Formats: sequence, C-alpha cells, structure tokens
Amino acid sequence: MAELESFDWETKEKLVADINEWRSKFPAIYEFVVSNDGEKISAPVRTEDDEFTACVNGETWENTFEKLWSLKFGYDDRLAGLSRKDDEWTVAVDDETWEESFEYAWNIQLSPDGKSIAVNIKGENGYGIALNGKTWENGFVEARDFAISPNGKFTAAGIQTKRLGEGDIFGFAEGIWTVAVNGKPWERNFLNVWSITFGSDSSTVAAEVRVGEYEYAIAVNGTPWNKVFKCVWEPIFYPQGNDVLAPVQVDEGWTMAKNGELIWDRKFVQTWHQKFSPDGQKIAAVVAPEFGKWTIAIDGSSWNRTFKDAVLPPVFSPDSKRVAAIIKENNRWTVAVDGAPWGEDFDMIWDPVFSPSSDRVAAKAEKEGKFCIVLDGKPGKQAFENLWNPVFSPDGAKLLIRSIEDGKYYRRVVPVEEVY
Amino acid sequence: MAEPAKEIVVDPGLDETIKKLTSEKIEKTINKVLTKGAAARLKVYMQTCVHCGLCSEACHFYLSHDKDPRFSPVGKVKQTLWEIVKRKGRVDGEFIKNCSRIAHTECNVCRRCSMYCPFGIDMAYLLLLVRRICALLGVVPQYLQDTVNSHAVTMNQMWVKQDEWIDTLQWQEEDAQDEVKNARIPLDKEGAEIMYSVIGPEPKFLAQLLGNISMIMTVAGMDWTMPSFDGWDNSNMPMYSGDFENMARVERKHFEAAFKLKVKKIVMGECGHAFRGAVYDGPKWLAWKEPPVPLIHAVQFYYELIRDGKIKIARKFEQPVTIQEPCNIVRGRGLGDMLRYIMRAACEDFRDVYPRYEHNYCCAAGGGVINCGPPWKKSRVEGNRVKAEQLKATGAEIVVTPCHNCHSGIEDIINYHKLGMHVKFFSEILVDVMEIPDELKAE
Ligand code: SF4
Ligand code: SF4
Ligand code: SF4
Repeated sequence: MAELESFDWETKEKLVADINEWRSKFPAIYEFVVSNDGEKISAPVRTEDDEFTACVNGETWENTFEKLWSLKFGYDDRLAGLSRKDDEWTVAVDDETWEESFEYAWNIQLSPDGKSIAVNIKGENGYGIALNGKTWENGFVEARDFAISPNGKFTAAGIQTKRLGEGDIFGFAEGIWTVAVNGKPWERNFLNVWSITFGSDSSTVAAEVRVGEYEYAIAVNGTPWNKVFKCVWEPIFYPQGNDVLAPVQVDEGWTMAKNGELIWDRKFVQTWHQKFSPDGQKIAAVVAPEFGKWTIAIDGSSWNRTFKDAVLPPVFSPDSKRVAAIIKENNRWTVAVDGAPWGEDFDMIWDPVFSPSSDRVAAKAEKEGKFCIVLDGKPGKQAFENLWNPVFSPDGAKLLIRSIEDGKYYRRVVPVEEVY
Repeated sequence: MAEPAKEIVVDPGLDETIKKLTSEKIEKTINKVLTKGAAARLKVYMQTCVHCGLCSEACHFYLSHDKDPRFSPVGKVKQTLWEIVKRKGRVDGEFIKNCSRIAHTECNVCRRCSMYCPFGIDMAYLLLLVRRICALLGVVPQYLQDTVNSHAVTMNQMWVKQDEWIDTLQWQEEDAQDEVKNARIPLDKEGAEIMYSVIGPEPKFLAQLLGNISMIMTVAGMDWTMPSFDGWDNSNMPMYSGDFENMARVERKHFEAAFKLKVKKIVMGECGHAFRGAVYDGPKWLAWKEPPVPLIHAVQFYYELIRDGKIKIARKFEQPVTIQEPCNIVRGRGLGDMLRYIMRAACEDFRDVYPRYEHNYCCAAGGGVINCGPPWKKSRVEGNRVKAEQLKATGAEIVVTPCHNCHSGIEDIINYHKLGMHVKFFSEILVDVMEIPDELKAE
C-alpha cells in the first residue's frame, strides 16, 4: 500500500477547485474524474472556440482537440484520455499525446500499477491493441475488448482470424475467433472467445471458449479444458500458478470448476463473479441457491440470508476473514457483510471498502439525490452534491473523502469517529 | 387433407444442416428437451385439447391463409410437437426441417392464440420448444442464425463493431447539437439516473433515432447515459432461434452494463421483443425473478415525460395516424393505454384500430420471423393480410410502430398490399412536435 502511505493524511480540508468558476469559463463541462489521492479533479471541457481540452484543478491543458473523453486517473495520478485531432484518434496523457494516431481508439485501460496504458485501435492494418503508444505488429479483421497483464507489459484480445461473407453461417461454424496475445493468435480457433484474463505471472492467458454450438469450456494458452459444459462464465486464475477457476453449468445446475474438475459439491441455479481471498485460501462467488434468491457462497456454502433482486460481486476483507457485497431487494440497495444486511437502504450504493484491519466497512451511497458516506451501515452526517469512494488511511483511523458541495471540490481527511 | 401446392423456399440453414443429422442425434436431442416434466405437460395438453378451433381464429396466419388448418395454432403444434411425442422422437431430418419452417417462420410466438384457448393451452410456448429442438440440432433459418452469431460475437444483433458504435453515438451527438444546444449522449456516466439501451439496427441503419433521443433527453432534462462497451443492445435473437445460452449471455451483459454504470433504471428504445427478452425470458434463464434493474419501455417513458410536463407539445402532428400495437408490450405488458395517451397528446388525428389492445393482431414480423430474412418474406407478408385490412380500414396515412420488428414488418405489409401508408417510430413524431425552449435552441 505504498501509494496510500504517500497520501497527505494530515491536512484536514483542502478546497481543491471551485467548479463554479469553471462553469463561467467553459460553455460545457463533461464528466468529472478525481485522482486517487484526491488532490486533483478534472473533466473534459469545451472551450469558447468549440474545442476540447482537459481542465485539471482549474488549469487547462495546452493541447486542444476536436474531442476528448473517457478521462482516467491512473494509480500514479497521471491523467489519460481519448483524443481526436485532424480526424485521428490517440491517447493523451498529462497534456501529451502518443506519437502514433489511429482511425479509431477506444476502451482505455491502465495496468494495475498505472504505468501502462492500452487501448483498442483500428488502424491501417486493421484492428489491434496499442500499448503505451506501440501497436501490435499484426492487424486483424476485428479485435474486441482486451486484457492487460498484471505487470503491464502484455495485452490480449479476442480476434477474428478470417473475413466472413455476409450471412455465412457455415464459415462461422468452422470457428474464426481466437485470442491474440501481443498480436500473436492462439493456434486453435473457436466459435467464440470471451472474458480474457491474464495469470499473475503475466504470461498465461485464459478465456471462455465456445468449442461447439452448445459446448463451452475454458481455454488456457489456447488449449481448452478436456471437459465441456452446457455453459461457462468468466474464468479467473488462482493467485499463484496457472490453475484456473470458472463457474460451469452441468445438468444439475451451476457450480465451480478448477481446470475443468468440479470443486464444489453444491449446485446452484446461478453462479458467477468468483473472487479469491487475499490469502488465496477462500473463494467467494455470487450464487442463486433457488430461482429468484441471491446470496454469496464461500467455498460452496452459501450465506443463510438470500436477497430477492440481485447481489453484486463479493469483496473480501484484507484479513480474508470477512466478505461484503452490494445487495438489492425491493428495488432498494444496501450492503451485506458476512450475510447480514445493513439496516438502512439507499437509492444506490457503491462497492464496500474494508478498513486495513478488516473491522470496519465504508461505502458511498445515494439517497434523494444527495450522497453520503455510510460507515458500518450508518449514514454519515454530511450530504454531498457529488462524492467519490471513501479511502481508509493505512492505520484505519481516518477516511479520505472526496466530494463536491455548492459547486466546490473538497479533499478532506476525517477521523473515522467524526463521520457520523 | 389435400396439401395445397406450397412454394419451395431455399434456405441453407435448413436444407444443408439437416444433411448432417442422424436419427440417433435427433432422438437424443428431443429426449433432452422433452424431459419427463415437459413430456408430461405435453401429454396433458394433447389430452385436454378438444379441437374446438377457438385458437385458430386468433392466428393471423390462419386467417390470412383462408382458414387453412395447417396455419392454425393447434395445427402447427400437431404437425410438429405432438407428432414428435407420438413417434417418441423417432423423426427424420426432413421432419425437423418442416418443424423449423413452421416454428421459426410461421409463428410469431405472439401469444394471441393462448388467450382464446378455454383451457389455456400455451401454443407459443410449445412452438418455442420446437424451436429449441431445431436449434440444438443446428437447424435454424440462415438469416436468423446469422443474427444469433452476431449476438454471440458482438452482443448486438447487427455485427456492429465496438468502434462503429461509439463513433455513431459521437456523430449523432454532434448532429443533435445542430438542433438543441448542448445536446449530449453521455457515455459511461457512472451514477446517472437512466441507462438508455437500443437495438443493433439503430446504429447500423437508423442512426438518426440516436440523435432524436439525445434531443428528447436534453429537452426533458434527464440524467442519462449509454454504455460505450458491449451491453448496449437490448435485443435478443438467440431467444427466438432457441439458443438460450446465448440469449442469457446477451441479457446478462445488458444488465451488468447497468450495474457497472450504477443507474437506477434502464429505459429501452422502441422495440417489443427486446422488452420481452429483457423483462421475461432473459432474467428467468439467469435466475432473476424480475429484471434486476427496473426496465421501462420507450412508450411508458414518453408517456411519463408528456404526462409530467417534461416534454411539451408545441403543435400536434397533423396527418391522420394509426398504430401498430406491439404484442410484447401491449398483450405482454398492458401498455396499450399509455400508447394511446401519447398518440393523442402528439397527434391531431389519431385513428384507433380494431381489434385492439391485447386482442390486436401481431404484425407477423416478430418472434424472429422477419429475421429469417428474404427467403421467408413472401410467406410472412402473405400471412398477414388481416393486418393489411385492419390498417387500411383506419384511413390513416401514417402507422406508428413503437417496435423495430413491427416497423419493418408493417412497412413490408404496406408495400405488398399497396396500402400507400408510411411507418414512423413515435420518437420521430415527438421530435417534430415537441417544444424546444428558447434557451436550448441551437443558434
Ligand atoms: S403466430 Fe401468434 S397466434 Fe399464431 S400460432 Fe403463433 S402465437 Fe399463436
Ligand atoms: S383452443 Fe385450445 S382446446 Fe381449442 S383447439 Fe385450440 S388448443 Fe385445442
Ligand atoms: S414485432 Fe411487434 S407485433 Fe410483432 S410479435 Fe413483436 S411485438 Fe408483436
């Protein structure tokens, strides 16, 4: 958590930017983003000359564009976005654009350390991926989505290997899709590939594959599991090594499989969004033990309480002992921790965040058009116009709160007990 | 019964695929679909049916084919599923091909007939079972299968590539700004109130509809967004081919896009089958009892905007207009009154149709039938003479079709039966007649 340590946890309140002033300066301000440490707020803005640029803490970039969108702060707080100039798209990072530009670029993604930036591109050679300004050597008929490796050095995408005539269902049935890693396609083709993911070593890649019209499996580095299923969902790698875990559908229902072998006895009406605990010892997933009843299962046994509308992906505590998840019932949103829902519900709630010692849970929530921090189920006293996810200080004693009130963006550090 | 000569339709999706079938494969597949429970339910249906023919009068195919019993709902089931059950699954490729023709191209699974059966026998469900058997055997009309393939690859119906989608939204946003100042199509706006979703043909052929919604949303002051990533298409052809695994995958993407964007509801464009897929069939397969994010059809959305004064009508549309009531939102969801409310609010001369509401006839395009493509077009438009007569009787010049399949299907019927009418989506009328406040008028 080195980056958390470097945040300013002392200054109680900083008025970082007065957005009202921006409003008087620019004819249009688009979606806001804030940096992880809360020190910066930015948005694409349209200038009087009808050009786009980024405004960061009130200062605009020197570069202007025909269009700028999808701004993102990386973990190292560089600001990146998709920009168009002279009808060519590229990536702009902290007021500098990549040298190479493309017919189109989209789906900007940053590596976990924030050092690498990649995008889907369409260029002279067809479709591919550009990583840190460098495009795959091979272009393809099409490339959709992509994954970036944990070390930020590699990318993998689903690609179409052959052109297909209009309505050519027989050509399609032969399999013309596969995964390309750094531009190099797997040897085997499939009907479909979805949900590409890298292992922790950054060199192994897994994906959902459709091997027959009604036969599904997970392929690892191009080789499908030797068992097929009625259906599968997104695979994830075990934290260490190259084993792969995925929800699979068998005759009796959905369950979890490791490298093609079922590892949970229980079958569910639905199973997805599996996660490993930080210590790698436990698996939590969203399950439906019965039709219309949703909950979390940990290592195959589910919480007693179920929820009617939906349960979103589980979040483990740092000590791996607790699990929290967003739940929805009767069209109201809240969080359940270890199977117990919070007493209060909300119009909307964001992913729960555990304190470093795992004993507290905080989340951003919305009620009647205002936002608040909810701590262990109790809404904080302050209502905000806009709010970003709270961040615990490394010692767990304080929360970093990034918010907008009366058109002003503040960065505050609040002792946990003062939230209420 | 003497078989009237039928035109031979060439469709490699049926003709070629049955060549690979073996009797073992057919029997095994049928037994897989007709599990004990389903087979028992079927037997009961077969024993219950008294051949009263009440369902026949409900079906536009039957009525339009001079009451040829082969086109009656019970006739379609008799020729397919009941025969399969009688023969214990021992049928051949030609038989399966015939099943696909009947179930995929001569039934819109519009459920009108189920309303008329005194015993509540659900013919549409039974014909969907037939489709499932055909799909598992790989026997699906070519064009329909191609849209299913598109869904599987792109999560949209029209092979729209990811860059094409975003690009289209961006230029439509710019186009909308020519009319309405600061009109937006906000992409990936996390925490917006509404996620707006559409069907593949909008970016592909009818991009101006995206510009229209940008104007409407901006004038109404809505907090909305559209995903730049897959999940934006709410339509679902695998639901109609019988490929339920891909149906579910597509619906899951749609709802997970809404979860990701943290919206409170999804508003969907003017499409009927998409509504059915997203509200009923999709969630059910995935174990959601209800759509996990509330879903509102455009007709209801426009109704609310007009009712609440968020959109004001500056001057009403003058030409005489009538409506096509999409089965999946009128019979399926009861939006008939809201549809009439918005029609009367926006149009000077609204001419109602008869029969109407849940009793209205299907357009014969839905249920995946129009997606079976040109080879089946003639049979489809001939199969809906009653619709042509019904529309003609209104004397209207414009037919509003708040459903993409109805839109194309009615257009075909108008042309084939030479009705001299035109079709429009409601949003096309709305952008024409709504008041754009001065402060929002583009200079
Ligand atoms: S088209 Fe409609 S009325 Fe005719 S059989 Fe099918 S579901 Fe019944
Ligand atoms: S209405 Fe019902 S009972 Fe009568 S013929 Fe049709 S399915 Fe049979
Ligand atoms: S296309 Fe329209 S009328 Fe036809 S089945 Fe669908 S909703 Fe019904």
